[in-house]
Amino acid sequence: MSSQSVLVIGGGIAGIQASIDLANMGLQVYLVERTPSIGGRMAQLDKTFPTNDCSMCILAPKMIECAGHDNVHLLTYSEVDEVRGEAGDFQVTVRGKPRYVDLAKCTGCGECAEKCPRRVPDEFNMGLDKRKAIYMPFPQAVPRKMTVDAGNCLYFAKGRCRVCEETCQAGAIDFEQQEEVLELEVGAIVIATGFDPYDPAALKEYGYGEIENAITGLEYERLICASGPTEGHLGRPSDGRVPQMIAFIQCVGSRDVNYKAYCSSVCCMHATKEAILANEHYPDLKSFIFYTDMRAVGKQFQEYIIRAKEQYHASYIRSRPGKITVDEQSGNPIVWYDETVFSEAGDSVRRVASKEVELVILCQALVPRGVHREIAEKLGLEMDESGFLAVRDRLECPVDTSVPGIFACGFCQSPQDIPDSVVQASAAAARVAELLRPNSRRPGDA
Amino acid sequence: MPRTRVGVFVCHCGNNIGGVVRVPEVVEDARNLPNVVYVEDSLYACSEEGLSSIKEQIAKQNLSRVVVASCTPRTHEPLFKDACEEAGLNRYLFEFVNIREHCSWVHRHDPARATEKAKELVRMGVAKARYLEPQEEFESEVFPAALVVGGGVAGMTAALSLANQGIQVYVVEREEQLGGLVREVRTLFPTEQDTGELLGPLIEQVRSHPQITVYLGSEVENIEGFIGDFDVAVATDGQVRELKMGTVIVATGAQELKPLGMYGYSGLPNVVTQLEFEKSFKRGADLPPNVVMINCVGARVPERTYCGRLCCSTAIKNAIWLKEQDPDAKVSVLHRDVMACGVDIEEFYRGAMELGIRFLRYDVQNPPEVLGDRRAEGVKVHHQLMGKQIILPADLVVLTTPLVPREDSERLSKMMKVPVGTEGFFLEAHLKLRPIEFSTDGIYVCGSARYPSSIPESVSQAYAAAAKAAIPIRDGSVRVEAITVFCDERTCSACGNCVEVCPFGAVELQEGRFGRIASVNVMQCRGCGCCVAACRSGAMQQRGFDDRQLLSMIGALADEVVSVGGR
Repeated sequence: MSSQSVLVIGGGIAGIQASIDLANMGLQVYLVERTPSIGGRMAQLDKTFPTNDCSMCILAPKMIECAGHDNVHLLTYSEVDEVRGEAGDFQVTVRGKPRYVDLAKCTGCGECAEKCPRRVPDEFNMGLDKRKAIYMPFPQAVPRKMTVDAGNCLYFAKGRCRVCEETCQAGAIDFEQQEEVLELEVGAIVIATGFDPYDPAALKEYGYGEIENAITGLEYERLICASGPTEGHLGRPSDGRVPQMIAFIQCVGSRDVNYKAYCSSVCCMHATKEAILANEHYPDLKSFIFYTDMRAVGKQFQEYIIRAKEQYHASYIRSRPGKITVDEQSGNPIVWYDETVFSEAGDSVRRVASKEVELVILCQALVPRGVHREIAEKLGLEMDESGFLAVRDRLECPVDTSVPGIFACGFCQSPQDIPDSVVQASAAAARVAELLRPNSRRPGDA
Repeated sequence: MPRTRVGVFVCHCGNNIGGVVRVPEVVEDARNLPNVVYVEDSLYACSEEGLSSIKEQIAKQNLSRVVVASCTPRTHEPLFKDACEEAGLNRYLFEFVNIREHCSWVHRHDPARATEKAKELVRMGVAKARYLEPQEEFESEVFPAALVVGGGVAGMTAALSLANQGIQVYVVEREEQLGGLVREVRTLFPTEQDTGELLGPLIEQVRSHPQITVYLGSEVENIEGFIGDFDVAVATDGQVRELKMGTVIVATGAQELKPLGMYGYSGLPNVVTQLEFEKSFKRGADLPPNVVMINCVGARVPERTYCGRLCCSTAIKNAIWLKEQDPDAKVSVLHRDVMACGVDIEEFYRGAMELGIRFLRYDVQNPPEVLGDRRAEGVKVHHQLMGKQIILPADLVVLTTPLVPREDSERLSKMMKVPVGTEGFFLEAHLKLRPIEFSTDGIYVCGSARYPSSIPESVSQAYAAAAKAAIPIRDGSVRVEAITVFCDERTCSACGNCVEVCPFGAVELQEGRFGRIASVNVMQCRGCGCCVAACRSGAMQQRGFDDRQLLSMIGALADEVVSVGGR
């Protein structure tokens, strides 16, 4: 008899959806998430295309539904250490990192963080501001509990402080907490480890890291977000001024055999959304989107682009800029590109042009998460040339990995947007159900 | 009747509420409210200590209503309702007052007025709580079988997955054979394998699976009912079968647009669509040496704004096929953008360029022109890199057109009471997070019936729909939160406004004791309240939000407003 439990690795939208579906099927789900909260990349987005739904507003109920489900065992701040066995009968070792906070006692009030003296770059906000060494990654975190980041905590570095312990009225701080090792028996595994943004500093011509007013798409996403470090105020890095002209550079590292040969699939729509949001915040703001092909292939995507052009001052320029320079005086980035100019007779010439803007957003390639290769190796999974998890047969069973009983959904197996990830997550749940044939009706039934 | 005894618990949420709102003042204010017999000042109402205190006081004070003023119902209401239930109080006798997100967080710079607002919110909550009534949740059985409408790749995959999960499945296919649109396709991208290699085994598995029944040459004539209990009429050769189903998957696919009157199509014999090209040219046949493909024919234009999603890949696939049959063939693809998303398709596109297939971008303002009177002989197009018009010789012109909805999708939409979107494809419950569900429970959609989808996409969606359709069947029953609407027969005028506004198809006009009245199917009602707002005669009342309850809240607030004004 196969185990009626499933391991889900990764607590982003794909992992959350897969967990909910599996749990609703009556299977026991262990959802392992590396960071202190589920939510993943979608939690970092301000809004989502093409409906402009507030990302957190549609994600948070899913996070809560997932964590509150009787059949879901949430293992946050944990990592998969070892996997043995085969389809229907895997043995998994999960390592729970110490949070130094008793989850049963912590109420998530955050008073400890207010008193904590140590400030470190906030990874949730892409390092654009600081958080404390005891922290909650974001206000809607699930679980809504604090975590001591031991690597940055003064007590662990110098042997004294413990201000959080004194502050906590619930007595939840526990510096004696140890790593917890959990042995699980599961019948199937679903991988949903998502993506990382590619570091655009690799493309020297765009000057990321040197040009102050050149930022990445995810950095921009946090800046424009009302709950971000600037509360949605789009101040540019060099002087905090709100730009009136901004440029988006597409395919930064994508569709380029020197970096990532593939198309990251979501950036065209992502840039369009960001242009719309900028104009919603500042009605005089103009956006220029430099693109290779405008890949708007989903439901309502073309219509979204039409809206961006007609209502939100977005201009689309088909060109892949060769370099970005800076006007020293103003700090304005200057985008150099070649443009096609049509004459009235219908002839055209291509010529080098430049556009001075006040802020450049580099829409960088998206790559499988850094931890992904390690997990693939532990599980013996094949990867494709680009580093995505290989599927057994793209046509017949697009969520089956090379190892029976292990399934992959979302960005870790191919570049895709949120709806496609949600679809694959549910698809993975169906494949697990085919394998394990859960026969229980409802928890509690005889 | 025993007097209503209300208990109020005001939470500090640490500093979240307590740091702004002066909780002790709110507590004192609540003591003087009608029917309130107990008030507690709680540091964390949600902690184990806080919850056990609620339970204790229900017993000790013989509370018949509980009000908690704290953070947010989204995460915490179930917790407090459970506590009530554990103490023997019906969970619908609980009222939540949100003094964190509706008060302390948004008024953190004005503690005095935030405190006043918190008092008002508590007064309103208590006023409503006095009129709360115990409720029972409705539950209904789910019939253990699923219907799949459509026997293409999506429908067959969904059926197989359900059957492999141990569920009885019925597939209804209009044609005399399974396979759908893909039967007409020669090869599949991006693997370039023959369609038969996928379709043959798939059809065989569906036909031989003991838990799948296939009705060929059949149509769904009628569907009535709701999740768990659908009555389906399937017509085969004039004969009608009545079937009961628990859940339904719509996988009716789409069809290729025939571009009548565009680029010489239907006038010139050698101008064909991609699908016609695949059907009429086989391996080893005499192939034309000069082929020009034109993309976005009838797509991304004002009358049909959407992108066909898989047309570019189809053009690339067929261009590669031609080049592989005849490496000397000159194949050009005229496009507006090449939609080659992801890893595989981008690689496929790059491979096509390496094979020598020419990709030329055209501007929609300056589209290509097919030359020739009796036959197409060439295509004139503006070459953007050369900066001038060129003429490409053409023995064959292949038009890449998008998939469009099937003619009967409107009929199906009306019959099943599920919507279609502006493009005519079925409209899902939510574009982002519920892509294969309808807002009506128990009905799901996959494949090109929803939006043009490639095989990998259709198959993923089919599996996903199978997961969704299996869940209620596996569960055995569905349960509905008791916030549903009921109709007061005496006041209903049967105007039908409620039927019009209901997003879930839950309201119908029926003959009642006093003539025609609105009738709500509680299993379909989600408690959105649209019908209540639309009702002209006050006949529609929502459990937990009825007129008396809501007016009492307004009354509690209005008294306060009057007294402030009079000061």
